[in-house]
Amino acid sequence: MKNNFKTFMSEIPQNLFSGFVVSLIALPLGLGLALASGAPPISGIIAAIIGGSVVALLGGSNVTITGPGNGLVVVILAAITTLGAGDMHQGFLYTLAAIVVSGIIMIILGFLRLGSLGDFFPSSAIQGMLAAIGIGIFAKQVHVMLGNLNAKGSIVELVLKTPQGLYNYVTTNSQSTLYAGAVGIISLLIMIFYGKIRNKYFQLIPAPMWIVMLSVGMFYYFDMFSSNAYPIDPKLLINIPDDVVSNFNFPDFGKIYQTEFISAVISITLIASIESLLSIKAVDKLDPLKRRSNVNKDIRALGLATLISGFLGGLNVVTVIARSSVNVNNKGSNRSANFFHASFLVIFILLFASELRKIPLSALAAILVYTGYKLASPENIAKVFKIGKEQLLIFLITLLTTITTSLITGILVGIFATFVIHIVINKNLSLFTRNLLKPNVLMFKEDGKYYVSVKNFSSFINYTRLKAKLDQIPENEDAIIDFTLCDFVDHSVMENLNNYAESFKRKGGYFEVIGLDSHNSTSEHPFALRKNIPTKNESSVKTNLTKRQKSLQQISNELGWKYQSLPAKEVSKIPEFGYFKTRQINKVSNILSNENCTLFDIEFHEGELFAKQIIKATMLHINLGENAPEFTLDKEGIFEYIYHFTGFKDVTIENHPDFSKRFYLTGKNENEIKSFFTDDLILFFKSNKYYHIEANNQGLLIIGKERLAGIKEIKSMADFGLRLMNIICTNKLVTTSN
Amino acid sequence: MIKKILIGIAFSPNLKANLFEALRLGNMFGAQVIGVHVGEKTTSKETELQELLLESSEAEHSFKTIWQEGNPVDVILNTSKKEKIDLLVLGALQKENLYKYYVGSIARKLTRKAHCSVLLLIKPSTERVPCKHIVVNGLQDEKTEETIKSAFTFAKNLDCKRITIVEEISQSELNVKVNDDETLRKNTLAKEQLKEREDLRVNSILNDIDTQDIIVKKQSIFGRRGYCIGHYAKIKRADLLVMNAPSKTTILDRIFPQDLEYILSELPTDVLIIK
Repeated sequence: MKNNFKTFMSEIPQNLFSGFVVSLIALPLGLGLALASGAPPISGIIAAIIGGSVVALLGGSNVTITGPGNGLVVVILAAITTLGAGDMHQGFLYTLAAIVVSGIIMIILGFLRLGSLGDFFPSSAIQGMLAAIGIGIFAKQVHVMLGNLNAKGSIVELVLKTPQGLYNYVTTNSQSTLYAGAVGIISLLIMIFYGKIRNKYFQLIPAPMWIVMLSVGMFYYFDMFSSNAYPIDPKLLINIPDDVVSNFNFPDFGKIYQTEFISAVISITLIASIESLLSIKAVDKLDPLKRRSNVNKDIRALGLATLISGFLGGLNVVTVIARSSVNVNNKGSNRSANFFHASFLVIFILLFASELRKIPLSALAAILVYTGYKLASPENIAKVFKIGKEQLLIFLITLLTTITTSLITGILVGIFATFVIHIVINKNLSLFTRNLLKPNVLMFKEDGKYYVSVKNFSSFINYTRLKAKLDQIPENEDAIIDFTLCDFVDHSVMENLNNYAESFKRKGGYFEVIGLDSHNSTSEHPFALRKNIPTKNESSVKTNLTKRQKSLQQISNELGWKYQSLPAKEVSKIPEFGYFKTRQINKVSNILSNENCTLFDIEFHEGELFAKQIIKATMLHINLGENAPEFTLDKEGIFEYIYHFTGFKDVTIENHPDFSKRFYLTGKNENEIKSFFTDDLILFFKSNKYYHIEANNQGLLIIGKERLAGIKEIKSMADFGLRLMNIICTNKLVTTSN
Repeated sequence: MIKKILIGIAFSPNLKANLFEALRLGNMFGAQVIGVHVGEKTTSKETELQELLLESSEAEHSFKTIWQEGNPVDVILNTSKKEKIDLLVLGALQKENLYKYYVGSIARKLTRKAHCSVLLLIKPSTERVPCKHIVVNGLQDEKTEETIKSAFTFAKNLDCKRITIVEEISQSELNVKVNDDETLRKNTLAKEQLKEREDLRVNSILNDIDTQDIIVKKQSIFGRRGYCIGHYAKIKRADLLVMNAPSKTTILDRIFPQDLEYILSELPTDVLIIK
């Protein structure tokens, strides 16, 4: 216990830092999401503050961030419009009551351990629903982004009006609209290209915060330096009450027994739970400490946070994936990061309220347009189509129903469509009806292995049964899942199995799915539904090499190394490096190797779901044979000063002040590192190019830039690696002969 | 010990195989085999039966045929009482085109109401298929001891070398729910303890049984009673599943299947129900 406390205290600095970075995103997003929902902007910040503090204290997850979520924009907006019947403010007060009730329902769901209800939704239907939400956000906000607050109509109408909106903007003669739209478009460009620029100083501030800073900066430019007045109309600027603390809105329970109120409560609860459950699951995959979240406890805490937030005039609280990903990437390690994120928001709101009032709505709308696009991006649709035509059908049915009717109808139709499609694919209704209520999963432990056998059919309808068993297997054990007796496995189950396989792999266990091969041959099985099984080795070896690949082959010939376009077997050493603790490797390719050095292209991603960033880079791995001390070596820069501040220690090598000044060296065992860094080695590092270098018992990992390296760069990297290895080896000889 | 075996004779395509199985069992146990035909006694039926009996190489023992008309269920139940039958052999039905077996309505009624042990055969065969692996339930029940003993008797008489005792443990006995890493650890520990408790209990039963020459394995499974063992027997490709007779069946049990009903709706293999 004492030890836990000690770790907690020692990790406070890094969580403080991470919470700070997250709050930089949460501030603009909170304001924007609230605005898009038709609620007062401050309500989003209230939700983030209450959510951050309550869930940090009572939640059951570790590195998640909580606050207002994307999915809610559509439901809250619908609730405010219908309940208010024209009066947005009154509608908001009724909606607050709905939020309070939904909080109570979530607490109850948590106590009844119904967190697993989230598994009842087929994954393609959920994808369709998320895409519909994305389109809903996009449709409305694209007009606001162009400086037009008056676009009205249904989602479909608004989407169709987009070209007209663009035309109107180009031909506008209002200065205010012109400037607001320009701010919006520039903000959108920042959002789009932010991920592409891998510069650590630029990336130190999250994209939404750049937008806020630049737009506030623009106001001050006009205020102080320009002779012209600020061109954007005050109506197009964000509206925050003068005295935040004394201006809370309180819920109005006047419509509590009306059907539209009840339907608002249901949609809010539904979306809040689905979004939270999806995010909690996804964030668990990113947790560098590989912990398992207590979903039901988290749902209870989210419910309580929603309840309090609703009473104080805030939106409801969900677990959010994008902010959580940022938290993980900035080394947030426990719930205190969520708490600090809330605390920083309080500070921002109290200190910078007047600056925040200078933000044009179009800037915030641009952030949301980007979010909406990410949710409904064509790549997502392509991905669904790859899984199978029938999945695309489910996806589209859910999507279209959701945007034309309501969210609840949409998801219900999606579930129904999935079920009907399963029946059609199997040409068999009785398979489902006869076996629906029967148990179908058997698990037992034999010879130290867990064996799970599934009978009849396994789809989203009865997935909870399989999940209940799988959750009881510790992830560091061996598990075999046998589908020999199972006639049908659907896409949702396959996807979940894939997730299990990943988490077993992360935690050192082994998870294997067997018995599906035979189904293919009897063609009882819909082929597409099985495509999701992880195949790390792509069997389709390309015979046509690209120009770059040909040059790589040439280099390998010159150096006398070996070239492979794809790995012969799965790469096991690379994921062990600290760098990949929060990043998941998708693919390794173009491998150049000799006995000890391996140069390769690697594709990995940061973040999950729609917050995913895919990065390709070239790295070099050196096998040292013997154990090197664990360390990381980097160029000293602003980043490292922050790390100093947050408690990371720089190992100083005596007699080399110049080296210590230019390089940032950390590691656990200071003495071992000091003896490893001999004068020769230090001279080598000082006189060569900078690389980010990480060492552990698997060898050295040398990372250049976070992008694919060109041919020249690869050559110099290989050269660097060879010479570095020479020096380390001679050092070893010297030390052993001494 | 089994001294009298009863078999229903329906003159179906399966008759020969069912009859041969019964005769073989009779030989192995040194028991008398009695055939009951519910229906009219005709010469053609009689000659058909005689021909079949002659074909069998096993027909050393006395075979008695009883001809009686009436309700099949009542006739067979009454005969088994009157003749003090120890084992009733019934054939199962196969679903069309599917390798799934189930118990027909008459056989199902007989299974529920019979006062003697019942053997349900899924694939009766004229040639002997050796029995290699018997799975028997070891759940906590007063009948279990008798059932395990019978399983060993059968194993000895059928020359079977492997017995697996399945200890089905209800999930509700495990009062640790898995929420996170900590509860998962506790859950795994609790399961380990329950498994040890069950093994101890089964061991105390085994103490009184001669287990020589037979490989005995204990397997604990957490899950629904009656369901798990069937599923287990199926994936282990057991040749015989030995089960306790159900305590009592009500209408509710048929709607929400319990213990034995899971097995009857989908027979995993030959099933022996001990009364």
